[in-house]
Amino acid sequence: MDNEQNLNYAIKLDIFEGPLDLLLYLIKKNEIDIYNIPVALITEQYLQYLKMIKALNLDLAGEYLVMAATLIHIKSRMLLPPPEEPEEEEEDPRAELVRQLLEHKTFKEIAASLGSRPLLERDVFTRAVFPPDEMEKTDGEEEELIEASVFELIEAFHRVVSQLDKKELLEIDLEKLSLTDIINEVMDQLVVTKSVTFEDLLKGKRDRRRIIYTFLAILELIKLRMIKAYQTSVFGVIRIFPAVES
Amino acid sequence: MEKIKAIVEALIFASDTPLAPEKIRAVFPEVEKTEIKEIIDQLVVEYNERQGGISLQEVAGGFQFRTNLELGQWIKKLKSTKPHHLSPQALETLAIIAYKQPIVKSEIESIRGVDVGAPLKGLLEKKLIRIVGRKDVPGKPIIYGTTRKFLEVFNLKDIMDLPNIRELKELHQQQELLEQDIEEEKPQEDISDL
Repeated sequence: MDNEQNLNYAIKLDIFEGPLDLLLYLIKKNEIDIYNIPVALITEQYLQYLKMIKALNLDLAGEYLVMAATLIHIKSRMLLPPPEEPEEEEEDPRAELVRQLLEHKTFKEIAASLGSRPLLERDVFTRAVFPPDEMEKTDGEEEELIEASVFELIEAFHRVVSQLDKKELLEIDLEKLSLTDIINEVMDQLVVTKSVTFEDLLKGKRDRRRIIYTFLAILELIKLRMIKAYQTSVFGVIRIFPAVES
Repeated sequence: MEKIKAIVEALIFASDTPLAPEKIRAVFPEVEKTEIKEIIDQLVVEYNERQGGISLQEVAGGFQFRTNLELGQWIKKLKSTKPHHLSPQALETLAIIAYKQPIVKSEIESIRGVDVGAPLKGLLEKKLIRIVGRKDVPGKPIIYGTTRKFLEVFNLKDIMDLPNIRELKELHQQQELLEQDIEEEKPQEDISDL
């Protein structure tokens, strides 16, 4: 918990969380109608604020500069005379920005309303529960599944490799293997059993090439989103399911 | 009936997470689902009438005993753990994900106008959001969504229980219709239906 304080956070002006926030602040301060923003005035004030932030020697995030460029672009477009024969109805140059501002404003309000809900462990509490690792796991109980990451898959791979009988490794098996075959095998297995553990897939086929191919097949299938891998706990058994119920 | 009620109460009490009526039914296959719901409703009313320290609340698709809202300050004195703290950035990012899920990082950033890498990482660590998959566009960006824990922490029955989500959707539909209007330059009759 303490290391949070040690992290070197960039100093930010508390009130402005990005350029959209600054714009909303300026609009509120000037009591401007958000649907009819006087771009020249707002651009000028916006640039003044940027100068101030620079003068305070604070890190100016790139997003602020992008917004400055957008404002100037809109300002210049508004100065252009409208085409005499408009081919299609031209959108107000400010429209896109207004949409963005409105959406940002909506979510600021939603965030505030979310934050004021009765939060667990802040406003309401439940019975204190023992952390799971302190509890004895009862056999036969339905395991609760967590999603396994690539690292956990690699961990399981290492576990299988380390259990290999070293002597067997000396035998050179020239069995032809292809990734496609293994992928099909895994999928066939899943059709039959609906779920299978990583270890089960390798039962009785513990040569290194086979393990590597099976592992690659699983990674490939996950990438193709044809299967899902879950794990009951960190370093636990990895279970593989078909991604779509057939 | 009274016996079943006692058992249901005990089950909810003993469960670590909000207990769904379906799970209760797994214990009593012979009892109708509606009956279980009735029993739970009775329990909810009983706890409310008692006006004690706890009540039976519906969260994250299940039921859980929770302390009453106004008592939080006393429990905090007992507990040494720090409460969930979410920065305004994290809260805003979470709000966007909750309402617009499934959503990718760039879409969140276009609403917030700033980089959301840090708040996303924090929310993932707190398990309030999860990776749902990858979008099938160049770069295969990660798609985010909220978790069951999000519902538990924010006292929500389900994702539709979020305040104003319907109004927000209607607002968007109206906006889209208006945009269509401009494009097509003809009035849409169905606006009045909304």
